[in-house]
Amino acid sequence: MIRGSLLRTVRLGVRSLLLHKLRSALTTLGVLFGVSSVIAMLAIGEGASEEAQEAIRRLGSQNVILRSVKPSDNQVTDQTTRVLTYGLTHDDFARVAETFPGVVRAIPIRELPDEVRFGSRALRPRVLATVPSYLDVTGRVLHEGRFLEEIDDREVANVCVLGYEVARHLFPFQTPVGEKVRIGSDYFTVIGTLLPRVRLGSDRPDPGEDVTGEVFIPLKTGRRWFGDMILRIRSGSRDMEEVQLHEIVAEVDLAENVPFVAAACRTMLDREHTERDYEVVVPLELLLRAQETKRIFNIVLGSIAGISLLVGGIGIMNVMLATVTERTREIGIRRALGAKRRHIVTQFLVETVVLSIGGGLLGILLGMAIPAGIERWADMRTIVTPTAPLLAFGISAGVGVVFGLYPAWRAAVMDPVEALRHE
Amino acid sequence: MSGRGQGRPVAELEDVSRVYRLGENVVKALDGFSFRFEEGEYWAVMGSSGSGKSTLLNLLGCLDRPTSGSYRVRGEESSAMDDDALSDLRSREIGFVFQSYNLIPQLDVLENIMVPLFYQDVPPADGPERALRLAERVGLGDRLGHRPLELSGGQQQRVAIARALINDPALVLADEATGNLDSATAVEILNLFDELHGEGKTILLVTHEPAVGERAENVLRLADGRIAEVSRAREVGA
Repeated sequence: MIRGSLLRTVRLGVRSLLLHKLRSALTTLGVLFGVSSVIAMLAIGEGASEEAQEAIRRLGSQNVILRSVKPSDNQVTDQTTRVLTYGLTHDDFARVAETFPGVVRAIPIRELPDEVRFGSRALRPRVLATVPSYLDVTGRVLHEGRFLEEIDDREVANVCVLGYEVARHLFPFQTPVGEKVRIGSDYFTVIGTLLPRVRLGSDRPDPGEDVTGEVFIPLKTGRRWFGDMILRIRSGSRDMEEVQLHEIVAEVDLAENVPFVAAACRTMLDREHTERDYEVVVPLELLLRAQETKRIFNIVLGSIAGISLLVGGIGIMNVMLATVTERTREIGIRRALGAKRRHIVTQFLVETVVLSIGGGLLGILLGMAIPAGIERWADMRTIVTPTAPLLAFGISAGVGVVFGLYPAWRAAVMDPVEALRHE
Repeated sequence: MSGRGQGRPVAELEDVSRVYRLGENVVKALDGFSFRFEEGEYWAVMGSSGSGKSTLLNLLGCLDRPTSGSYRVRGEESSAMDDDALSDLRSREIGFVFQSYNLIPQLDVLENIMVPLFYQDVPPADGPERALRLAERVGLGDRLGHRPLELSGGQQQRVAIARALINDPALVLADEATGNLDSATAVEILNLFDELHGEGKTILLVTHEPAVGERAENVLRLADGRIAEVSRAREVGA
């Protein structure tokens, strides 16, 4: 019975609102844009945050990454040839891998700035000389063939594994496994390829390069053929850099031990290195920072959404107050025909909620269309979580109830005699 | 004081006063008013402007409460009722017919007739049938789906009369029910009231037109918030 009466009230409310279609439509706009902005902003924020967090997770949340960093002091010299020695050393690696409690295993990585070529196709990816456990520690996934093995390192084999982008670029029409590519001036047999990875800051291509990517060769092979010296020839000078290792990734046994291992690494490097030619990256810290950033973003977002919905709600309340005044006589008639105060409250509250829910539903549609459009045209990742439309719907209904209560109460407390006299 | 004193009392007012305070001025709209309306009577309440007609109508219709005194509808004391109880009593026992019809524009004929049922805690199951019968009774059986704006004044007033009867009320209160109608349509509406009276309904017609007052069985004339005269309708024009 109550359900039937509510349905009838909703039906009558909709009919009353349809008497003034334009006014009702304009009234819903505030909630419509409020709700759609909530959903769209949540989707964009969620997408960006998820992308960042995924990238950090790919780095390995239980890893501590040590990187060589070129010192910032510019030694002004008039010599045309100079040698700059900096960065992580094999001794650093040995200390981290063998003496640090909590470190399950560590991998050394050396980066070689060499061109990789197959036939007429060439590009300059990151050529990384590393060890077989690289794959397990970094969580990279093999696409085809195999990754580096102990025997490759032992035998200083001329083998390489191509990253997905490199394989696709050099071998667009064939499988690269078994083919020979030229790295620098030596030929390497391709033994496998990897699946693509999330693009990180460090993977950005150099200016002028279309394609980024990685090629992996055994650590000892890299050292034998390329040495520790890297020669960069620029106009007017030849820069030589001596860097033993560009990166050391240490895998820690437990997540809670990560901060201690990171601190130990910092202390050790601080003691062993005379200048600050290294950095310690802790993905777990980055992850926590990203989560904190997301939390702050959500608070800012919530505030903006709250303000826009407040404005929308005030718009609805304003219109409903005008409606109550306009329909004073109708209120008097209904009261004369036996309507109790709660009937009048329900009637006007239902109309307000219908307006706000109508605006909310349209807002949900618009709010889901905006991220889809952004994803399509702006190439940004967006995620509409199932809770976002539900939250938006709840908020719009709440706005209707909160901002409808006062006009409805004003209508209900009218004196029926006065209301009937109203012209 | 009462009408013919033959039937059961429908509305009883005892020493009722209604005082309005307008700033420092005190206006006694009704002053020590006592009267009894009985079942099946047809009354015209007449009087000049400010005589207390509207105040009496509001009190009889349970839209207002007396400042002092007692008012009973079918034996139920209303003066101490809270708003909900008063609304409930109004819904069950009172039927209103207004001068300007006061139909709800967004509802059609059948829905307008049924409006008083919407506000009952337990609406009767035969509400739609009852509304249909009443629509036919007032001659609007073929206009059920029409909205008020699609009807003439006389037709709208017929809908209002049907609406007033939907709950089979103890008292039908008509406030200048023919005031907005041309003379031919007014006669039709008065004929309808005559018919309803013939069927045993208790009707109270507030009017300032002697010709309308003449159609009622009895006339209650007010002046300055008091009863000035109680007479049969045929004596009014004399």
